[in-house]
Amino acid sequence: MSSIWEYANPKKFIDTTDRILPWISVLAVVCLVVGLVWGFFFTPDDFRQGSTVKIIYLHVPSALMAINAWLMMLVTSIIWIVRRHHVSALAARAAAPVGVVMTLIALATGAIWGQPMWGTWWAWDPRLTSFLILFLFYLGYIALWEAIENDDTAADLTSILCLVGSVFALLSRYAVNFWNQGLHQGASLSLDKEENVHDVFYYPLLVSIAGFVLLFIALVFLRTQTEIRARRMRALMARERMG
Amino acid sequence: MIALLTRDIRLAIRAGGGFGLGLAFFLIVVVLVPFGVGPQSDLLARIAAGVLWIGALLACLLSLDRIFALDWEDGSLDLLATAPLPMEAVAVVKALAHWLTTGLPLVLAAPVLGVLLSLPAQGYVPLVVSLLLGTPALSMIGTFGAALTVGLKRGGLLLSLLVLPLYVPTLIFGAEMARRGVDGLDYGTPLLMLAGITCGTIALLPFAAAAVLRVNLR
Repeated sequence: MSSIWEYANPKKFIDTTDRILPWISVLAVVCLVVGLVWGFFFTPDDFRQGSTVKIIYLHVPSALMAINAWLMMLVTSIIWIVRRHHVSALAARAAAPVGVVMTLIALATGAIWGQPMWGTWWAWDPRLTSFLILFLFYLGYIALWEAIENDDTAADLTSILCLVGSVFALLSRYAVNFWNQGLHQGASLSLDKEENVHDVFYYPLLVSIAGFVLLFIALVFLRTQTEIRARRMRALMARERMG
Repeated sequence: MIALLTRDIRLAIRAGGGFGLGLAFFLIVVVLVPFGVGPQSDLLARIAAGVLWIGALLACLLSLDRIFALDWEDGSLDLLATAPLPMEAVAVVKALAHWLTTGLPLVLAAPVLGVLLSLPAQGYVPLVVSLLLGTPALSMIGTFGAALTVGLKRGGLLLSLLVLPLYVPTLIFGAEMARRGVDGLDYGTPLLMLAGITCGTIALLPFAAAAVLRVNLR
């Protein structure tokens, strides 16, 4: 139990995640149910936005996870390039579809929220636009994984794409800021501010963010396990054919 | 390096299908736009800069898969990999050859096509300068994308899916600069940002492209 690199061993990874996966899943469900029910039914309506404010409990956590999923892919890609641990590359592969879904949820809930508030489903606002671009980056990344047959080549190429893509995604983020002024409000949650949104909304929001984080971790663990097992199956079948 | 450059340019011009195609595509896109949006010249003048930028970008994209595909098929890419020239230099030379045969003609054709779209007089200089600064970045990014998909059988569509999001910052600053020029505004800031992006991509992307090529040739 000395170093995190022990989990680069696929067996160790599967054993450990098998043990903690049920706990994380249950905790994720509990957090999501508590956060969403609390948010939807036991908080007051906003005095300007009415009941539409409650979409925040889906919109903010999913947007948060969409970005953090990409960051996680970036970190695991670097680990794959530097230390060549297969679990790391597979975790990046496993996280990408979850990230796409989170991006889509954020975009869809944003549109549903924007319609009554701004009077439009879509505006070419910097935040909205950069999320759309992030979505395209996810699509390209997944498509590249799917297109290449050799596993190691695919892992190498996608991790380099992830590095280059991160730089360009960041560039695009600031470029669209320059390009158009936004409708979207600034950051309303941050760790270094005295007051975020009002406490009545803040605590259920925190709970549902925790729920989304746990859900993401659980899904990535599960999908990584599946990838490892699928690769093991292929190796076994190849050996069978050889013998 | 120079030998490789002249070889690539000669191939692009003589082998057919590569050199004039991008230019013809650019022309056709620009000609089709008035059919799509209507012939009012004030409307065309307003969107001319953006249309020319998008047309140049798509024309650039069209010829990307030729950068490495032919060399990959006949094995000369393997020879290049074993040559004393580092892979990074190969990537730079390939991008330069692509720019000279695709980007530069586009830049030269853009003012002529600007006339077709009734681009205002003050817009020509910023348009040409922005294209001149921006298209090298498009070629370099495209070379990276082409290196990424070189081993794939049906890489063409995937290549555009991968490369187009990477084109976003270049397009934003390039088109913004051309648009500000048309409106008679100061375009110093987007010019500097565009130049920065181009320099940054030319400095850094050859390493990524070379790494990707080495993986693909393994």
